[in-house]
Amino acid sequence: MLKQNTINDVRGAMSPSKKADKINTVLKDRSLWLDAWHRLKQDKIAVVSLAIVLFYAVVGLLSAMGLLAANWNEVVGPSYAPPSADYWFGTDFLGRSVSRKIISGTQVAMSVGLISSLIAIPIGVGLGACAGYFGKWVDEAIVWFYTTFSSIPSIMLLMSIAFIIQKFQVEISEVFGANFDIGLFAVFIALGLTSWVGLCRLIRGEVMKHKNREYVQAADALGAGHTRKLFKHILPNVTHIIIINTSLQFQIAIKSEVILSYLGLGVSGQPSWGTMINDAKEELARGVYWQLLGATIAMFVVVLAFNILGDALRDALDPKLKGKS
Amino acid sequence: MNGNLNYIIRRLIYLIPVLLGVCFLIFILFNVVAPDPVNMMLGKHPTADQIIEVREQLGLNKSLPAQYLDIVKSAFTFDFGRSWATKQQISTMFMNGAIPSLTLTIPAFFIATFSSIIFAVIVAYFRGKGVDLFIRVTCIAMMSISSLVYILVFQYFLAYKWGLFEISGYEYGFPNFLYYVSLPILIWVVLSLGPDIRFYRTLILDEIYQDYVRTAKAKGLSERTIMFKHVLRNAMIPIVTYTVVQLPFLLLGSLLLESFFSIPGLGDMTISALNASDFPVLKAMSIVSAVAYIIFTLIQDIVYTVVDPRIKLQ
Repeated sequence: MLKQNTINDVRGAMSPSKKADKINTVLKDRSLWLDAWHRLKQDKIAVVSLAIVLFYAVVGLLSAMGLLAANWNEVVGPSYAPPSADYWFGTDFLGRSVSRKIISGTQVAMSVGLISSLIAIPIGVGLGACAGYFGKWVDEAIVWFYTTFSSIPSIMLLMSIAFIIQKFQVEISEVFGANFDIGLFAVFIALGLTSWVGLCRLIRGEVMKHKNREYVQAADALGAGHTRKLFKHILPNVTHIIIINTSLQFQIAIKSEVILSYLGLGVSGQPSWGTMINDAKEELARGVYWQLLGATIAMFVVVLAFNILGDALRDALDPKLKGKS
Repeated sequence: MNGNLNYIIRRLIYLIPVLLGVCFLIFILFNVVAPDPVNMMLGKHPTADQIIEVREQLGLNKSLPAQYLDIVKSAFTFDFGRSWATKQQISTMFMNGAIPSLTLTIPAFFIATFSSIIFAVIVAYFRGKGVDLFIRVTCIAMMSISSLVYILVFQYFLAYKWGLFEISGYEYGFPNFLYYVSLPILIWVVLSLGPDIRFYRTLILDEIYQDYVRTAKAKGLSERTIMFKHVLRNAMIPIVTYTVVQLPFLLLGSLLLESFFSIPGLGDMTISALNASDFPVLKAMSIVSAVAYIIFTLIQDIVYTVVDPRIKLQ
């Protein structure tokens, strides 16, 4: 199969037709990423989604730097004031502005996605690449490791890890200071440690396919070592999987934060959409719907954007999988 | 067939290292990393005698390898000892919790799977047309809302405001439980529709572009015959195997739904154990779910060969 393709490629390149030459030069000018970007640009909804994600990221960053909604803790009106021209999303129990809490919550949502990805990607890519590349006992050990990990339902693992980390409140606040948000820290670690398995599987499969391809053999013939072959040649060819996976990871992380808040394992020192939705347990019966509504809208928009972006990225970066979900 | 048998035996043997790994993970989490539970149980100022007594009761005075062996033993005998919080035998708690969980999850799972397949067939039949786009967009939109929001809103409107369902609670016995589980079932179905329809649609579309479908079309068969007699039958192979792996999770119930609606099932039990720092119950729950998961993935592989003779296990 592979040989057949190569022969066709060579024939195509040597084709005397001028038209083919022209196409070849056009294709040559575009790198893989530029090509993917052009494909992504065709999809207007995906571009809008990307803009929404970037907008949320900027809002999150600004509020983390204290430039936006830093005064969320300020009492602006009476307790549970309904939405009005003064307070767009009403006020909470303590009379704080719900709109400010929503903006400040963006910081938690985006950081949960980002940091859990930063934990999961090195583990998943590192183990997956080693398993796929070295094969043999390395592969078997790593497959055993992730089979073990994935045998326990992820919600149980997520819960247990977050729970155990929170039990170390005293020790951790000694290291990081009294103002350190142990809840948020637990959410980061628990999400990061539970979400690498899927990525690891994908990377392992893809590296396995690539390691016997001609370009890797060529690198081998030129005297490239394992590290060089793996990092310089194979990994750049599987980067798209990491990008698609990260888009998925963000929306899973944002949704999991809500569940962890419900279990009492969530963020405590600052507003988050999870705690706001969770507060609605008591508030709804009193007719107070605005915290729930505000946080749900904010979450819906960004998770939807990540969902659409994830699909579009897959179509753009991995056209073989087009239409599959 | 001989190759298949060999494969199954090898898979059965492979269960052992995986199970040992699961036990090791649970051991690391709860016996090594987790802080000493004695302090949590005895409050702030326990006497030295109390501490020694409790440690002995919990088996914490043993060496770490011995504690690990205890966990491994429990994974094979299903004897998990007693709960720290309720002092009941954990195996009894499992028996009691399984029934309410299953009354919720089994109907919910079947309704959800059946309706998702129907929607997926419709979507695949009208692929690329307006209906397809509409259902796909609705699916993604539905998946973008937190499950907790569904629970809160459905309970508020359907049960609290309009009184169509019981707000929460549970009763044993055949028609009685239905009043309490029907709203959680409805929420479960709504929650699964989005991801399931998307997934089944992909499986069906994978079949639609196969050669045999083209042959059937060339023969002059109608779209409908092709869809139901050819495509759906073949797509049932991945669909069935996909549903098989989900079965063990039915036994475990639904953490969120059960605790929210106060249904005394295994999910609710787990959440209570979490709130009470009841390690043995959490460990038992993790082990039981892992064992169930491992066994059902094996069953999935076997089912695969039974329904699809093209697949040879190696």
